[in-house]
Formats: sequence, structure tokens, C-alpha cells
Amino acid sequence: MIEINNVSKQYGTFHVLTDCSTKVAKGEVVVVCGPSGSGKSTLIKTINGLEPINKGDIRVNGTSVCSPKTNLSQLRSKVGMVFQNFELFPHLSIIENLTIAQIKVLGRKRNEAGDKGRKYLDRVGLKDQAAKYPAQLSGGQQQRAAIARALCMDPICMLFDEPTSALDPEMVNEVLDVMVQLAREGTTMMCVTHEMGFARKVADRVIFMDAGRIIEDTSKAEFFGNIEGRTDRAKQFLSRILQH
Amino acid sequence: MFKNYSWDWGVFLQPVSTGEPTNYLGWLLAGLYNTVVLALSASLIAFAVGVVMGVLRTTPNRWLAALGTTYVGIFRNIPVIVQLFAWYFVLPELLPDNVGTWFKQLPASTQMMTSAVLCLGLYMGARVCELIRSGIETLPKGQRSAALALGLTLPQAYRYVLLPVAFRVAIPPLTSEMINVFKNSAVASTIGLLELSAQAQQLVDYTAHPYESFAVATAVYILINVIVVLIMRQVEVSVRLPGYIGGK
Amino acid sequence: MTAIDLLSDITNSLPALAAGMVTSLKITAIAVVFGIVWGAILAVMRLSSFKPFALFAQGYVMLLRSIPLIMVLLWFFLMVPQLIQNLFGVSPRTDIRLVSAMVAFSLFEAAYYSEIIRAGIQAVSRGQLSAANALGMPYLMAMRLIVLPQALRATVPALLTQGIVLFQDTSLVYVIGLADFFRSAKNIADRDGNTVEMILFAGSVYLVISLLASAGVQFLQRGGRYVKVG
Repeated sequence: MIEINNVSKQYGTFHVLTDCSTKVAKGEVVVVCGPSGSGKSTLIKTINGLEPINKGDIRVNGTSVCSPKTNLSQLRSKVGMVFQNFELFPHLSIIENLTIAQIKVLGRKRNEAGDKGRKYLDRVGLKDQAAKYPAQLSGGQQQRAAIARALCMDPICMLFDEPTSALDPEMVNEVLDVMVQLAREGTTMMCVTHEMGFARKVADRVIFMDAGRIIEDTSKAEFFGNIEGRTDRAKQFLSRILQH
Repeated sequence: MFKNYSWDWGVFLQPVSTGEPTNYLGWLLAGLYNTVVLALSASLIAFAVGVVMGVLRTTPNRWLAALGTTYVGIFRNIPVIVQLFAWYFVLPELLPDNVGTWFKQLPASTQMMTSAVLCLGLYMGARVCELIRSGIETLPKGQRSAALALGLTLPQAYRYVLLPVAFRVAIPPLTSEMINVFKNSAVASTIGLLELSAQAQQLVDYTAHPYESFAVATAVYILINVIVVLIMRQVEVSVRLPGYIGGK
Repeated sequence: MTAIDLLSDITNSLPALAAGMVTSLKITAIAVVFGIVWGAILAVMRLSSFKPFALFAQGYVMLLRSIPLIMVLLWFFLMVPQLIQNLFGVSPRTDIRLVSAMVAFSLFEAAYYSEIIRAGIQAVSRGQLSAANALGMPYLMAMRLIVLPQALRATVPALLTQGIVLFQDTSLVYVIGLADFFRSAKNIADRDGNTVEMILFAGSVYLVISLLASAGVQFLQRGGRYVKVG
């Protein structure tokens, strides 16, 4: 589904990503973790071309993201993305947030898009909030609405960029619950997150990044089950995460 | 300081001494009409050009951004009166002969109004451009990413996501610019367009009552100011977003 | 007309153009200095808890900001001779246009400067004023010694940028017939019949000066920020 081959990216002399390669198969849930500044957010944003790369190639469902011939908008409409700061559009009501891309990008009829939007709002538990504006919702509600917005596009895979790190602690779980449910339904997912509980519960593989490189790319069982077999960096990271 | 000055507010109702069938108040009203026509036409141009250039300055394309930057650099750094003289005295000379001749055969007032509208429109457009640009730039960077990630094209992202919010952010400073268009329109008096301030000056020559005539013109400008503020406040309230504080 | 003709035209008129530029710069300098001083006073009045002061400052700023600069110039050109006669009991013999322009620009720009300075004062944290008061400083002393120096330093770039706007605005003295740089250029154009060239030349001179000055302000601003961080 997603193939990342030898991807490198640099700003001037600063290497954000160095020779990163990995694959995400259909139905697979991959969690990407690592200390801040390790390049994990940048990596996930390269997958739908929000961050251009200097070297390597990325393919989504066989289509190259980096080729100038690719219709990026079309490709992006099939890849759902959830952002750290929700990024709902403040001037649109929640239901309009969910329908605008369906109407403008996929060309769906307004009522068809509305039906789909309400269906997904119901699924994330926000049926009653359709007419409200983003600023009237709590952070957790906004993030759930943002997930629903991405799902409305019928994506072939979902990208999550630290979806819970801007949330107050008491709201983290309501968002994680939605993500766990998605994972259990077989959604192809790549998640940048520090929530190791989420990783233990639903991840198939765990990728650990540091200083722009993929240092570990192993099964969940190996990553959490065999602490001794981890690199020093990953051990350090895990112990720091577990302490707090 | 007015001990030798004889006030006469009735002067406005006297018929004008040129024999035209009107009084001096009529002259002032004709001036007000020109001021309003000039300011409103110019603000339409300023808004259209300003939005386009403001968007260009925020696009990832370096050449388009440079085009916007150059426009702002030129039109903000030459005094408006010099720009006006350039539009009115210079441009017709530089146009192809037939176009220049055609322009010079138009009624004088049309020539002046056209030059003044274009001048003020592009001069104010540079300021609108900066407001739109900073409106867009105060939006969180993730908004653009989120719009693109949903598959919206860049123009769609501007049309449906970035600009609607940027406009709302820019309303208070746009209000000041709307007032400025009216104030700056007085510069058109220097090429002979008989707008409000020019009529006030003309009244000084004809009536020898400068204080009354300036006072009335000044009061009208203040009134225009108040009206613009009230209208823009209505606009601001009607597009306000529930719960949204603005910007970052 | 060739470029060489134009060059010789400009060279021949150089003394007049230079004198005009000196007039423009004189007005600018005077208005910047008096505008900032009077603007600072207005800003402090505006923020004072003594209502009449606050209302006066607010009314002054609102009034001057809603009138076209051209009207302000005309008003002062009308009133300044009267004032001089009333204050000094002499009828002005010298050319009062320059004086009128200087007075008009100082008072007009003060309204704009006061808004910039007011924003600067409000950006200085309220704790600063409280701390100064706690040390026993009365309001005006706290403003003068503690708040205003910080506010002015923070607003230097905005004040200088306003100065560039002001420099361009001085060209509007055209309406009272004062021979500043632009009026001199136009006078020469009318005499020599080279309107196109002289207007373009005048525009270029303003453009170059304003761009250089803006670049200077930006340079200062970057320097200022660096110092602040370090």
C-alpha cells in the first residue's frame, strides 16, 4: 500500500531524513515513534507530498508521489490525514468541514456528502455537534471530527501525525478509542505517536526513528517483548516514555 | 483670532456667481458625489488587485511571489501625488499614438476621473495586498496542509479555506484602508478633479468665506468616516465565527 | 528627447531640485521630531485615568485621522498667518508656507505617532507600571522613566516606517504651492516642457530614497532583535 524507498530530505546542510525505507501493507497498522526532532512527522508528511523530498521514491498504491506527472490532489484525496492541531476549518461548521472536500474534490452531491458526513459523525460520537463551529468544541471533539472528515473521503489508508499530543490528558482516550476501533476494522494506518499503549493494543509493526533515520522497524511482539534486543537509543526512549 | 472675520453660514445658499443654476451647497454636493464615485471605484480595484497580489505573495512559487513583492515595493514607495501625475500627465504620452489621442479627446472630467480611479485603486491595492498577505500568514500553517491533504488543489485551498478566514482577520485594518481611500481621494484635486476638497477650495475663491467652506467639507469627511466605520462594523458582526478569537 | 538631453536638463536644474529636496527633508525632520514628542504626550494622556485628558487625546486623534491630509494643510495655511498676527501682533512678511506646512505635519503626524506609541505602551506589561508604583514613583514619573523608554524602543521600527510615509506625504505641500522636491520638479517641467521625464525622474527619486530607508529600518530591526535575544 505505502512504499518508502531510500528517502532523504535536507534543509540546506541539515538532514531531516536520511535514507529512510519501509513498507506498509494493506490492513497493516504501523506506529512510528522516536524523540522529538527525529523526523517522524516529516516522514509521514512526505507520504502525501506535503513535504517534498530530495532523494528516493514514495509510492502509494503503486503511484509515485514524487513524479511530476502524478495528480497530487487526486492521490491526497485517497489518503486520509489527521493533524496534531486538528486543523478543522474555523469558518465552516462541523458538517461543512466534513462535506467541503467531498463536494469540491470528489464531486459528490451536497445531500449525499451530508449523509456520509452525518454517518461518520455518528461513528465518532458527534452526531449532535454537526451544526456547531470548531471553536465551540473541545479539543478531543475537534480531533474526532477531524478523523471523521478524513474518513468521509473513503481513504485507502490513514496517516496520523501525533493526533493526541495537543490534547489535554483527559481527552486523549476518546480519540485513541476511535483510532483503536478503526484499526480493528482493518484500516491501513500509519501513526506517529508516543502512545505506547495504543501501539501495544493494535500495532502490527513499530518503527523507531532518531536523527532522521529509521533505526528499528520490527514487529510489535519483538519491539515490546524483547527489550534486551533493542538498540540503545530505543531503550533510552522507551524507558523515558515509560517513566512518565 | 476671528475678530475681523464676519461669519456667514448662509453663504452656501447663495446662487453661484458663474451663472450656473445652482448654489454653493450644490457645488459641495457635486464634489461629494465625485469623491464617493472616485473612492468606491478605486476601492473595488484596490480590493481585486490587492487580493490577487496578496495571494501571489504567499504562494510557494518564487516568481509569482516576486511579482507581488515588486508591485508592493513600487506602489508603496512613491508618493500618491507623484503616481497620480504619472497616470494623468505621463501615461497618455507613453501610450500608442491612437490610444493616447483617443484618451485626450475624452471630456476633461472623464480623463481626470479615470486617471484618479486607476491611480488610487493601484496605490491602495498595494496596501490591501499587505493586509491580505498578513491575514493569510497569521493562519496556522497546518490549515494549508489540511486543505491540501484532503485533495483540494492550491487554488481551491485559497478559495475555500485560507481566504475566507484571512478576510475575517483583515476586516479591522481593511476598515482603516476604506477610510483612507476617501481621504486619499482628495489628492485628485491636484489634477483639477472637482471632488469635495477641490470644491471647498473653489468656494474660498468665490465666496471669501474660507472657514465656513473648510468646516463643512471637513465635517463631511468626518461623516463619511463614521458611516464607513458603522458599515464595516455590521460586516464584521455578520461574518463573525462563533467562538473563534482569530489568527493563531 | 534623449537620455543625454534629460541628463543635461536635470543637471541644469540641479540647484532648484536640491533646494526642493532640502525643503522636503526639513519638513520631514521637524514633523518626525515634534510629531513623536506630541504623539507621546497624547498617548500618555489617552491612557491616563483622568477622563478629560483621555477624552481630549482620543478626540484629537480621531479628528485628525478622519480628515484628508490635504484638508489639514489647507486649514493650517489658512490659520497660521492669522495665528502669527494674533500672537506676535505683526503681519507675516516672510513666506509662511513652510511654517504652515511644518505645523500642519507635526500636528497631523502626532495623531498617527500617538497610536503607535500607545500600542507600544500597552505592550509593556502592566506589571512594569505596578512595580514602578510600588517603588514609590508617581504615574508620570513611572511613565517617563520606566514605561515610555521601553515602549519607544519597541516601537522604533514602526516610528521610522511612519517617518518614511511622512516623507512621501510631504509631497502634498503641492496644494499650498510650497516648492518642495516634487513641486520644484513640476515647476521645472512646466518651464522646460519635459513633464513626462521630470515626473518619472521625481518618482524614481522618491522610490529610491524610500526603498533605501525601508531597507535601513529592516536592517535596524534585525539588529535590534538580535540584541534582544542575546
